[in-house]
Amino acid sequence: MSSANSVPVSYNYSIIKLFTIAATFWAIVGLGVGVYIALELAFPFLNFDVEWMSFGRLRPLHTSAVIFAFGGNALFATSFFVVQRTCQAKLWGSNRLQKIIFWGYQLFIVMAAYGYLTGITQAKEYAEPEWYADLLLTIIWVMYFIVFIMTIKHRREPHIYVANWFYLAFIVTVAILHIVNNLSIPLRLDGTASYPIFGGVQSAMIQWWYGHNAVGFFLTAGFIGIMYYFVPKRAQRPVYSYRLSILHFWSLIFIYIWAGPHHLHYTSLPDWVQTLGMTFSIMLWMPSWGGMINGIMTLSGAWDKLRTDPVLRFLITAVAFYGMSTFEGPLMSIRAVNSLSHYTDWTVGHVHSGALGWVAMISFGALYHMVPILWKKKDLYSKGLVSLHFWLASIGIVLYITALWIAGIMQGLMWRAYDQMGFLQYSFVETLVALHPLYVTRAIGGLFFLTGAGVMSYNFYKTIKSQNA
Amino acid sequence: MLKHDQIERSSILLLILTVIVVSIGGLVEITPLFRIEQTIEKVEGMRAYTPLELAGSKIYKREGCYGCHSQQVRVLRDEVERYGHYSLAAESMYDYPFQWGSKRTGPDLARVGGKYSDMWHTRHLINPRDVVPESIMPGYKFLSERDADISGINVDMEVLRKLGVPYTDEMIQNAVSDAMVQASADRDAEGLLRRYGKKVNVRDFDGNLDRVSEMDALVAYLQTLGTFVDFAKFDPATPKKIEIKK
Repeated sequence: MSSANSVPVSYNYSIIKLFTIAATFWAIVGLGVGVYIALELAFPFLNFDVEWMSFGRLRPLHTSAVIFAFGGNALFATSFFVVQRTCQAKLWGSNRLQKIIFWGYQLFIVMAAYGYLTGITQAKEYAEPEWYADLLLTIIWVMYFIVFIMTIKHRREPHIYVANWFYLAFIVTVAILHIVNNLSIPLRLDGTASYPIFGGVQSAMIQWWYGHNAVGFFLTAGFIGIMYYFVPKRAQRPVYSYRLSILHFWSLIFIYIWAGPHHLHYTSLPDWVQTLGMTFSIMLWMPSWGGMINGIMTLSGAWDKLRTDPVLRFLITAVAFYGMSTFEGPLMSIRAVNSLSHYTDWTVGHVHSGALGWVAMISFGALYHMVPILWKKKDLYSKGLVSLHFWLASIGIVLYITALWIAGIMQGLMWRAYDQMGFLQYSFVETLVALHPLYVTRAIGGLFFLTGAGVMSYNFYKTIKSQNA
Repeated sequence: MLKHDQIERSSILLLILTVIVVSIGGLVEITPLFRIEQTIEKVEGMRAYTPLELAGSKIYKREGCYGCHSQQVRVLRDEVERYGHYSLAAESMYDYPFQWGSKRTGPDLARVGGKYSDMWHTRHLINPRDVVPESIMPGYKFLSERDADISGINVDMEVLRKLGVPYTDEMIQNAVSDAMVQASADRDAEGLLRRYGKKVNVRDFDGNLDRVSEMDALVAYLQTLGTFVDFAKFDPATPKKIEIKK
């Protein structure tokens, strides 16, 4: 930990390269499946009555591929990058251990995906993989935790940088959530099926404690770690406020964990839990915006860079979307609003403004920043293509979320509409028919976003192949 | 007084404090649900799924039906009018895991049992657009072409019994034959009805007597949803307390 040590550290980039390639690959797969199932909702013949092509089986493939495969690999890549550079320490552990983490994680993804297609599932959203895949993930995750914390232990900087607080909270909390929510009894040790140990109302509460904190710690804390390193780095400015980052960290991780019950408003979950969930969800607005302000204000004095650096544009737009969805989230957690929004496409739109706007955009920005460094190139192959990607992604998101805002609010209002005689005005299927043009628009938005990711992959390929060292 | 500087310099301290801070909310919200008597109200009529219905519930989960259909009628006027009595916690107490869902791309199914005929369900599952032209649901014609996997359903019941579902030895011993009996119109169902109650639907659900198909199992499950509790005898104003199973 001696800062007097002036020998430059040699970082381990080889494992990060693998995670970077994997993140790019899974982004294409996950977004591609997303576009396909969006088209299935608009044109149901695309299910072809083939079991593994049906929406019900492909939907978990989409959600897992984008969250755990794309998002997860991006988190592995960036966390290993950030922890080495901010600790001035080489990644802890042998090459072999790191390879096991990489291939073990990819194996988990493939096992889970194969299960979804063949109907092997725990039937819990965002926690569909069966017990054997869950066990594999637990082992991989513990190894990940050890490598990360040991690298911090061997740091040459006295302080642990704020990005690493968030990465650490992400790794630890995801482990807790994953283990508790997946407690189950296998039917046979040589079979795939199991029953979770929690049933009914308790399983609902535990599932959404898990589900919402998968958002809070996987899709927020982890990616906030990305923000706290890559935004200041790219803008060449220090983090806006050190005090705010302390406040942001502790309040975010404390409050998030309470928010799960807002997924269960007006259900048979006891009212007191719903009220607690709503209250904390509204409180969550503050730390979320604290983080957003800290990220965006880091640009103070460097706003002009947004014009010239499309990578920074990705990062900052992501933080802006973070601000938008973390305002929308508390709004939707209010019971009265939730009575309209819940069960509709408004929720799906909200998720995607966070997933596409925040998670994917900040990942793209970080990947664009890392690729030339990892492969020792002067710069990316084309900044123009980064700009093109930015606009394709932005147009895609706008089409996607506006379509689903309209779809969700319209359907919610139609469900509760009464005619002059005091009867429900619309049958269910009438509300479904009204959604068709919006489902088409949503699929087009997704297609834009997917195309952008394709442009990014091409740019990476050309950068890696270039002689511009 | 602990200064933040100390936390930032110690990975162990940072780790321990993080674990404490993220544990509080979950503990406060989740643990009382296992202790407080009001969590699940006492109702008459709740029973465990028959072996055939249980096989059907596994198909429901396998196909990811919960991705588009909720099973939870909220306490809202329009929902109660559209779907029926709001859902009670007791009604999903034997669902491992719960199937409340989070999205209604299709309608809620919490009370779909008995609303449509078996033939409607079978035709609808084979090709939804045959009965609802505007439907966007996938077709599941393969369900009619496959035998339901009931040979090992007793193992499922044994595991569920460990978790708290009230299956008796007799139910588990007769699991496979009970499933066969329930899906046929011409067998003696006396034992099945004695074990699970007189309200159990016993008939050839898919209109094909040659086999107990996955269609039989799934339709048997759907036809039972929301039908257990007798709401004529349910008084929400004076709920009786129930002993929570451990």
